[in-house]
Amino acid sequence: MKTRNIMNEDEIKRIITRIAHEILEKNEERNQLALIGVRTRGVFLASRLQKNIKEIENIDIPIGIVDITLHRDDLDQLSVMPIVGKTEINFDVTDKIVIIVDDVLFSGRTVRAALDELNDFGRPKKIQLAVLIDRGHRELPIKADYVGKNLPTSMDEKVKVYLKECDEKEGASILCMNGPENIS
Amino acid sequence: MHEWTRKHLLSIEELSKEEILTILETAESFKDISLRPIKKSPVLRGKTIVLLFYEPSTRTSTSFSLAAKRLSADIVNIPVKSSSVQKGESLIDTVANLEALKIHTVVMRHSRAGAPMMLAKHTNASIINAGDGCHEHPTQALLDMFTIKQNKGSFDGLKITIVGDILHSRVARSNIWGLSKLGAEVTVCGPPTMIPVEVEKMGVKVTYDLKEAIAGADVVNLLRVQFERESGMLFPSVREYAAMFSMDDTMERFMKKDALIMHPGPINRGVEISSSMADGKRSVILEQVTNGLAVRMAVLYLISGEKNNSEEA
Repeated sequence: MKTRNIMNEDEIKRIITRIAHEILEKNEERNQLALIGVRTRGVFLASRLQKNIKEIENIDIPIGIVDITLHRDDLDQLSVMPIVGKTEINFDVTDKIVIIVDDVLFSGRTVRAALDELNDFGRPKKIQLAVLIDRGHRELPIKADYVGKNLPTSMDEKVKVYLKECDEKEGASILCMNGPENIS
Repeated sequence: MHEWTRKHLLSIEELSKEEILTILETAESFKDISLRPIKKSPVLRGKTIVLLFYEPSTRTSTSFSLAAKRLSADIVNIPVKSSSVQKGESLIDTVANLEALKIHTVVMRHSRAGAPMMLAKHTNASIINAGDGCHEHPTQALLDMFTIKQNKGSFDGLKITIVGDILHSRVARSNIWGLSKLGAEVTVCGPPTMIPVEVEKMGVKVTYDLKEAIAGADVVNLLRVQFERESGMLFPSVREYAAMFSMDDTMERFMKKDALIMHPGPINRGVEISSSMADGKRSVILEQVTNGLAVRMAVLYLISGEKNNSEEA
């Protein structure tokens, strides 16, 4: 298996700062903004965005967490039910501009599930999507509003993001599942 | 968290510590669903769950049906009193017929110990034991453990006292199995006629004195005197039972400051517990009911994995 680094700590930092500015640029209604991180790494990215926005404009934006397990569309195909995490949204999402935050955008199925989960909590005014990496290969009509990096990939590659909060390092890499040693 | 691979939930005895914790942790995530504006998740859409209760029940059957509904499963309630069972149909035949209707899960309560285990061998559906005779009541014990965990954090070295008719209590048996696996110390207390012979072999302490039993206990779980199971014949009079084993205000001073009072319900006020205690600040009796819903949602969710389905059979 071959591994290629595609992003380092500084780049992630710059991307988060940039996206924080973009969010503020795109949305004038500051008091309606809210961030929702998708478990697991989206949560940490959302919280970094929250801090950045606070530094830029000195405003506190509410933040929540969604766990998408109960809305996955492949539960019927799994042999063991996946572990269900907690969705924690302690504010009313109705009439908010909710920004869903995740690390990698791929098929779009996670985002679809997050949208459905969010629906159970109310009716946001708008929902936008922020991702660190968009690796393509969408299977649903979903598009991100804020993208850290567009990364062309092939289907047999995996994109992995590492964040200090839950991993030992910080960065992102591409793992090629069909490395030269196991081409059949 | 541990992976859940069981098809049935038949007893606590057969579960490992990790499996019990998986259920409790999953229940934690499900508890919040009932607090949302929209109290429903689509996760069991398309699954059919049958409630087959051969004994009366309000709490357990309501809790299971609400749990199933919150997870979008279809639910059929079969009150045995008005079903073909009254015409002499056997348990296996009843379930074989239900299975022909393509159901996934049977939640069953029966007056005979072992009925759910027997059924599990003869059906493709998943079986959840909702109480079998004097044997086990797994989901009650799970909701008791969940309530303890929510209030006390962990089980290590926790002292739990169970008071009442241990002999006839499936709730006690399931609780003893589960709590011991989780590292708690269990004491049972009641009139000698209500304490099973050799119960110490389950790893519990025995005392016949209520004051001794509750001194130092972190949780006191009171059992209902089950008048329908000849409990009434095991002591001279209800008044005497109440005088010796009722949890009332006079017991307050023997308890630890932060000790909790639990009861699986329905409560006999004035028998095993006084009204002031049942409604007092130590009581988590209604919290247990709320938690029961979360625990049953977790159980229904966990056993619904694909390889458990009867459909492809």
